[in-house]
Amino acid sequence: MTTQAPSALNFECETGNYHTFCPISCVAWLYQKIEDSFFLVIGTKTCGYFLQNAMGVMIFAEPRYAMAELEEGDISAKLNDYEELKRLCLEIKNNRNPSVIVWIGTCTTEIIKTDLEGIAPKLEAEIGVPIVVARANGLDYAFTQGEDMVLASMAMRCPTEAAKPETAKPEAAKPEEKAVLKDTRPNLKQLLSFGQRSQAVDAIASTPSPAEADPYVDHAPLILFGSLPDPVVTQLDLELKRQGIKVAGWLPTKHYGDLPVIEEGYYAVGVNPFLSRTATTLMRRRKCKVIGAPFPIGPDGTRAWIEKICSVLGIEPQGLEVRERQIWAGLEDYVQMVKGKSVFFMGDNLLEIALARFLIRCGMTCPEIGIPYMDKRYQAAELALLEKTCQEMGVPLPRIVEKPDNYNQIQRIQELQPDLVITGMAHANPLEARGISTKWSVEFTFAQIHGFGNARDILELVTRPLRRNSALEELGWDKLVEAAQV
Amino acid sequence: MKLAYWMYAGPAHIGTLRVASSFKNVHAIMHAPIGDDYFNVMRSMLERERDFTPVTTSVVDRHVLARGSQEKVVDNITRKDGEEHPDLIVLTPTCTSSILQEDLENFVERAQLEAKADVLLADVNHYRVNELQAADRTLEQIVQFYVKKAIKAGDLQTEKTAKPSVNIIGFSTLGFHNNHDCTELKKLMGELGIEVNLVLPHEASVHELKSLPRAWFNLLPYRELGLLSAQYLESEFGMPYVDITPMGIVETARCIRKIQQVVNAQIAQMETGNPSELGGANRIPEVDFEGFIDRQTRYISQAAWFARSIDCQNLTGKRAVVFGNNTHAAAITKVLAREMGIKVVLAGTYCKHDADWFTEQVSGFCDEILITDVNAEIANAIARLEPSAIFGTQMERHVGKRLNIPCGVIAAPIHIQNFPVGYRPYVGYEGANQLVDLIYNSFKLGMEDHLLEIFGGHDTKEILTKEVANNAALHWSEDGLVELKKVPGFVRGKVRRNVEAYAIKRGTNSITAEVMYAAKESVGA
Repeated sequence: MTTQAPSALNFECETGNYHTFCPISCVAWLYQKIEDSFFLVIGTKTCGYFLQNAMGVMIFAEPRYAMAELEEGDISAKLNDYEELKRLCLEIKNNRNPSVIVWIGTCTTEIIKTDLEGIAPKLEAEIGVPIVVARANGLDYAFTQGEDMVLASMAMRCPTEAAKPETAKPEAAKPEEKAVLKDTRPNLKQLLSFGQRSQAVDAIASTPSPAEADPYVDHAPLILFGSLPDPVVTQLDLELKRQGIKVAGWLPTKHYGDLPVIEEGYYAVGVNPFLSRTATTLMRRRKCKVIGAPFPIGPDGTRAWIEKICSVLGIEPQGLEVRERQIWAGLEDYVQMVKGKSVFFMGDNLLEIALARFLIRCGMTCPEIGIPYMDKRYQAAELALLEKTCQEMGVPLPRIVEKPDNYNQIQRIQELQPDLVITGMAHANPLEARGISTKWSVEFTFAQIHGFGNARDILELVTRPLRRNSALEELGWDKLVEAAQV
Repeated sequence: MKLAYWMYAGPAHIGTLRVASSFKNVHAIMHAPIGDDYFNVMRSMLERERDFTPVTTSVVDRHVLARGSQEKVVDNITRKDGEEHPDLIVLTPTCTSSILQEDLENFVERAQLEAKADVLLADVNHYRVNELQAADRTLEQIVQFYVKKAIKAGDLQTEKTAKPSVNIIGFSTLGFHNNHDCTELKKLMGELGIEVNLVLPHEASVHELKSLPRAWFNLLPYRELGLLSAQYLESEFGMPYVDITPMGIVETARCIRKIQQVVNAQIAQMETGNPSELGGANRIPEVDFEGFIDRQTRYISQAAWFARSIDCQNLTGKRAVVFGNNTHAAAITKVLAREMGIKVVLAGTYCKHDADWFTEQVSGFCDEILITDVNAEIANAIARLEPSAIFGTQMERHVGKRLNIPCGVIAAPIHIQNFPVGYRPYVGYEGANQLVDLIYNSFKLGMEDHLLEIFGGHDTKEILTKEVANNAALHWSEDGLVELKKVPGFVRGKVRRNVEAYAIKRGTNSITAEVMYAAKESVGA
């Protein structure tokens, strides 16, 4: 596969001196998503301090995460890693009894070269709890990429039909499925029996009302990957159901034991732009066909996402145009508010391309999209849609700045005076004090922003500073630092 | 390895950054991986800082692991020098650079050749010291550096000020109520007729440090920050220091008496040392603060009167647990026990490195002493002792919530609500007033709660959550109910009503997940 970077978009790379969250922050949302998991971050006080402060109130709700805090004896190898981890993991097993322990490797375990991948299988066999290793460290990755590392490791734990644990879903042992299960011959046979299995899965996973006929068409199994809040999972499932598409499973699931079956030849599609390693793993190691689509963020993105899935599965999409139009009609008041305004993304969570594309469709201009890491292959369809959107809206193409330099960006912001800067909390208050409206970027990763129904929530976030500032406009004190310091 | 869920004192570099960013025009450069600049977020959020936090990172990534930082650190220092023209750049090691063992000292020397700013390497080891120790050490390091520099340049100002004067050392960024304490102590010094020579490190300029020896003495309001600097100044210039935290009426009086003693000793020394100059008309009279202390305690500050009033009588013998850093936990323990007649069943600190001091301070004022930085230990002690109120950190506040015990927050770690905009000092006479309110309100709330429980409460929740009347025909399907349950409790009622209204409008009488999300979309339409 050749990399098809849209030629007209301008890509740059700066110094990488930018502010973002450490990727270990992914435990904050993943431990809530995977309800029977326990996340053990193997690192130092620095990591612990970050998590403690970044997670705020969540820390007090008996979180299923902890630090394995490395002490001087661990660094100088006076203590044995295996024995130390065994002691802590047994303690966790006894106190919390999780179905899986996820080890998060950090900068320190990288530098002292702790062989987490090597220790985990041995310890797993010894204590009888699955141990998944994800190296989500600040040496290599930024913020949301932490989830990518965890999901890539989990993708390797998804069962195959043959290896599917009988106990995971006792009711799954339907006769016709068992026939498939027992068949250990080459995958071709399994590929041919798709229709059969997907019906079987239907019967298990949902309880359709008796009046309703099977709403799904016959298509190859489709796996969705990316951690989303449960309500959003339901919404996207329902959205695909309208097209007759059955979602065979999500990576991750609410329970570790329910990770979906993944077989060679399955289709997979990502819901978030930062999941390139998971996509690669599904493609190369699990032999899935990953559908390259824009991401279901904004009504335009959601529609393009569904259309792409439909086209790959050979389905004629139904009623999407009308649906998109209705959603846009519902957004009109907010769209009017942002139309013609400019937005500058400083870049810290990899959602930037998709969000910029949506906001340009809303009528905004975007001089710069900062982004920590740009996978032009995984995001190819999203980049193409961004370019198309700019052309259709008649606005200049943004410059895309990978590994941005925050200091330089601040200079550019001072020069451009954008109407809105989407940035981290480190810069938000200082920019506001200088009369520049900001939106805290991290909120986009925690808010529900996917699918048709949540487009309004994105604009709710984007317009909030604009609404607040127009409410205070007449007061006149918009610049609150002394002139010399501006 | 240690299993840890929560930590009281942060890592060492946080201490260095707190001190560096407290000074004016001092820039810190962390030698750290991406994401370790979380300090900037905390400062910007908690202190609602208007200016960019003067901390940047010289990023440690894969390339640095493979080949070393090479020119990177030096380049970053000189670049920052050109961009911001700071007076001082503090290169700050982190846990990562502690293990990489690069020769940061060498980078500093090389950068110093090119940079106009002074460049220092913070002398802190991540694995040996915590945030508080590192802050103390970094401040001492900066003070020493500029004192020595001034000695070398010959412009150190050693001549004492004409009137008694003080350096107040210990206010820093992200310190608990530090801004307000600073204002209160300046005011107190003004009332005592003592000039404030310098305040460190909060908003001081490094250029001012050469005038440190001009003050007659140093005042250290906090045990955790400034002691090393004061000890250095004492050994170098014979400057005495007062390290009594003026928190609570009794300790404030003790602190002022100590200041009086120190000032008078210096006056006496000057007279004997140089009788001709200071004799006769120029002679500085000895100070006497007793009248001031008496008037403040009796009539101006309300704390002493409050302790005598009927309200406070009701607190007699009530049981409290205190936990925090050394300064605050010790001071609050004394206030509770000595000034309000409350029984402190346990006093504890997480400053393990300075445990002896704490033990000595609170002995005789509490039943039990707990020295730990493991939050489960203090939580278990609270559960065991069942006090009527807790005075601790944010962590103890949450323990209190779980056990239904009120908690007043008296020490870091703290959240944004502990950075009030209004004037809330903890030290001096106004600080004593604030403490009274804090303590009294904590107990009173607990009492009220208890009484409500006994008398069945006066809440009428049922009436408030009454649902729309005409929904009898509506049916919620299983999946609809599942989705509804995902909606946070405090808005669930509203969502339910909206969805039902939508269903009625649409003539649907079975509410499924699909109907529910259609309703959500329609709200936007």
